[in-house]
Amino acid sequence: MKALLLRDLRLAIRAGGGFGLGLAFFLIVVVLVPFGVGPNADLLSIIAPGILWVAALLAALLSLDRIFALDFEDGSLGLLATSPLPLESVSVIKALAHWITTGLPLCFAAPVLGFLLHLSPDAYAYLILSLLIGTPGLSMIGTFGAALTVGLRRGGLLLSLLVLPLYVPTLIMGADAVRRGADGMAATTPLMLLGVITLGSIAVLPFATAAALRVNLR
Amino acid sequence: MLTVRDLTCTRGGAAVLAGVGFTVNAGEALVLRGPNGIGKTTLLRTIAGLQPALKGEVLAAPETTAYASHADGVKDALTVRENLSFWAEVHGSTLDDAAFDHFDIADLKDRIAGTLSAGQKRRLGLARLAVVKRPVLLLDEPTVSLDGFSVKLFAKFLRDHHLAKGGAAVIATHIDLGLDLPELDLTPFKATEADNDGASDEAFL
Repeated sequence: MKALLLRDLRLAIRAGGGFGLGLAFFLIVVVLVPFGVGPNADLLSIIAPGILWVAALLAALLSLDRIFALDFEDGSLGLLATSPLPLESVSVIKALAHWITTGLPLCFAAPVLGFLLHLSPDAYAYLILSLLIGTPGLSMIGTFGAALTVGLRRGGLLLSLLVLPLYVPTLIMGADAVRRGADGMAATTPLMLLGVITLGSIAVLPFATAAALRVNLR
Repeated sequence: MLTVRDLTCTRGGAAVLAGVGFTVNAGEALVLRGPNGIGKTTLLRTIAGLQPALKGEVLAAPETTAYASHADGVKDALTVRENLSFWAEVHGSTLDDAAFDHFDIADLKDRIAGTLSAGQKRRLGLARLAVVKRPVLLLDEPTVSLDGFSVKLFAKFLRDHHLAKGGAAVIATHIDLGLDLPELDLTPFKATEADNDGASDEAFL
């Protein structure tokens, strides 16, 4: 399992690996919003939690189709399926590698960008915390979507349509936690619900992902 | 080591081969022959467990087969050594220099796989078989894009380092490996309409 994780991380940072794709997208979206909305600090600080979470979600979505597509094309996925590594573990590792290359950098970049959006100072802790809790769930759900569409040419559109509805609860809870933090209210409930979504998807979706992979490898 | 009994395998929801049966013992290899599209790849994938059989059974100890398809699973961004050591670690074995020597890629160890020629890449893909150390090899056109010399290297590996050590192999190939192996012509096993009973209607969905 460690070998697969290290290989995926190594591939991500080598040429053409796509590391930083999501991060760059996140930066671009959040930097452009103040230009589009105008320099109204009050308005920006109101929409900041939502913008940051929507941008993080779309950034995670952007690199999903790479999770299995490349391994499928060069035959590695079939070879992994016949290796001693169960496909359930492969799914977890793939999601983890996606989170390390996409979700984790977002957690670190978000506070810097929150500054651009006049995010309330009280909200920073909640922003980082909600992203840290929520983005692993995004990666796991996305891995499931990627497994469903793995054999399809240009499956990106279908993947987005499948995955976006599943991302909505994470988005609602994540943005709500940050908003409550900004308003000085208790944010424990949305954070816990966010944790529920993440833990639930990590508990269930590896099995669904492995089943989808088995069907698509036939 | 590997017994296939009355196997009916499907491709895209329709049966392609029916009633295939053979046994391969330790130290033996079987060459599958037949025209394009007869189902050699489908048969090998079914034996490897990548797709379910419609009927019949494949008897082999779990985790003894290694499947090698047209696609090598070689990652262009990794070096030759990194590619092989990944498969070694996944299979819980160690990467020794012999694997490089069998396929004459010792000089290429630290080259990025993306810069290899098609034949060199194929040899790297085959070297994976020496690394995973599984007793039953299922090889689908292993000699594609290999030159005459490399085909001999591969045949030598198969004979001296795999079969001689008690391994077995099922090989789908159109060329003569020069090993005088028993052959199985799949043409008589071509499936008819009647074999489609119970096949899924996946193709029509």
